[in-house]
Amino acid sequence: MSKASDVLFAPLFKDNPIALQVLGICSALAVTSKLYPTLIMCVALTATITLSSFFISLIRNFIPNNIRIIVQMTIISSLVIIVDQLLKAYDYETSKTLSVFVGLIITNCIVMGRAEAYAMQNGPAMSALDGFGNGLGYSLILIIVGSIRELIGSGQLLGYQILHMTTDGGWYVPNNFFLLPPASFLIIGLFIWALRVWKKEQVEVPEFSMKQNAPKEIKVEHA
Amino acid sequence: MLEQYLSILVNSIFIENIALSVFLGMCTFIAISKKIEAAIGLGIAVIVVIGITVPLNNLIYTYVLKEGALSWLGYPEVSLEFVGLISYIGIIAAVVQILEMFLDKYVPVLYNALGVFLPLITVNCAILGASLFMVEKSLAFGESVVYGLGAGIGWALAIAMLAGIREKLKYSDIPEGLQGLGITFITVGLMSFGFMSFGGISL
Repeated sequence: MSKASDVLFAPLFKDNPIALQVLGICSALAVTSKLYPTLIMCVALTATITLSSFFISLIRNFIPNNIRIIVQMTIISSLVIIVDQLLKAYDYETSKTLSVFVGLIITNCIVMGRAEAYAMQNGPAMSALDGFGNGLGYSLILIIVGSIRELIGSGQLLGYQILHMTTDGGWYVPNNFFLLPPASFLIIGLFIWALRVWKKEQVEVPEFSMKQNAPKEIKVEHA
Repeated sequence: MLEQYLSILVNSIFIENIALSVFLGMCTFIAISKKIEAAIGLGIAVIVVIGITVPLNNLIYTYVLKEGALSWLGYPEVSLEFVGLISYIGIIAAVVQILEMFLDKYVPVLYNALGVFLPLITVNCAILGASLFMVEKSLAFGESVVYGLGAGIGWALAIAMLAGIREKLKYSDIPEGLQGLGITFITVGLMSFGFMSFGGISL
């Protein structure tokens, strides 16, 4: 049982798909300017990755090795088409906001990456758990970024006014910079910094290190 | 006519740069930008693949998938738009595979330079994204050729620039936790902030 919980929770902080594995970043940046579309995106991605890991693992022993990418792609894109059509049917407004990014779940490397790295070697139940865990890890970062951007950028959360804006007599001057896409890069960068201060083992070793307190001239040493 | 093509080209390279304004292909963008040679190799591979697949998907969309496109078969009211995603990705995967085999057989020099990057390209969202944007903007065939090339060039330009910056960054003294991935994110953020200055230009 501890293995199952490990598979499920490791992607949250210990092996986060965005902050450590560098997977699935594109959508993390483009859809997070408001919290609501972010949540929809998280649900869509988590559903896709759980199901795709499950189905790929179910047929993993019948997939010929040299065409496995195409087979995985077919399964993933069928699932994404279902998600896309459901979204268009029940929440057309959000599907317009997300535009091409729902379709881009197909090439979201988290889905492919987990299929390749985990579902091809493990049973369906564990693969589904692994997919779900990675979906959660992705959602965690997206929700953090989405909340920060919406709160600072427009003083709202999920459309509810949290900070009182100056435009209607309050005190808060919204910082429009946070509504711009580059802000999400900075937020994720700082999040990675914070995570690595907490979990030291994730720190990358620099290729060249500064010599401490170099006496006269600055020497650069090869690590 | 020429003016319109030129405007699409400049628009897709600078104003709507597919890496720094629309944020597509970020995974490979960040993972492969440590060395400038590798970055340029990948950039060229992306230009080639995107330049072929976007016009090809445009043809597929206009003659097979679009509502009423099948009227030449006698089915004027059929719309296959919902299978769009799977056909585009199928085309991309097939083109990458064919290109790999073709280069291997006929242009081994180029294959040695680009070969390792080609499998990566199937899952590069910039490629699929460009096809989806092409459909969303409803471009004609000629326009889609220009748009594909422009999008590819823009992406290649961005990754080459980031690789240049990262090669210099290697020698700087960065706080421990920010080392590597963290500082790269912040660099890309600042670069894309710079590219936003193209935003006001209208052609």
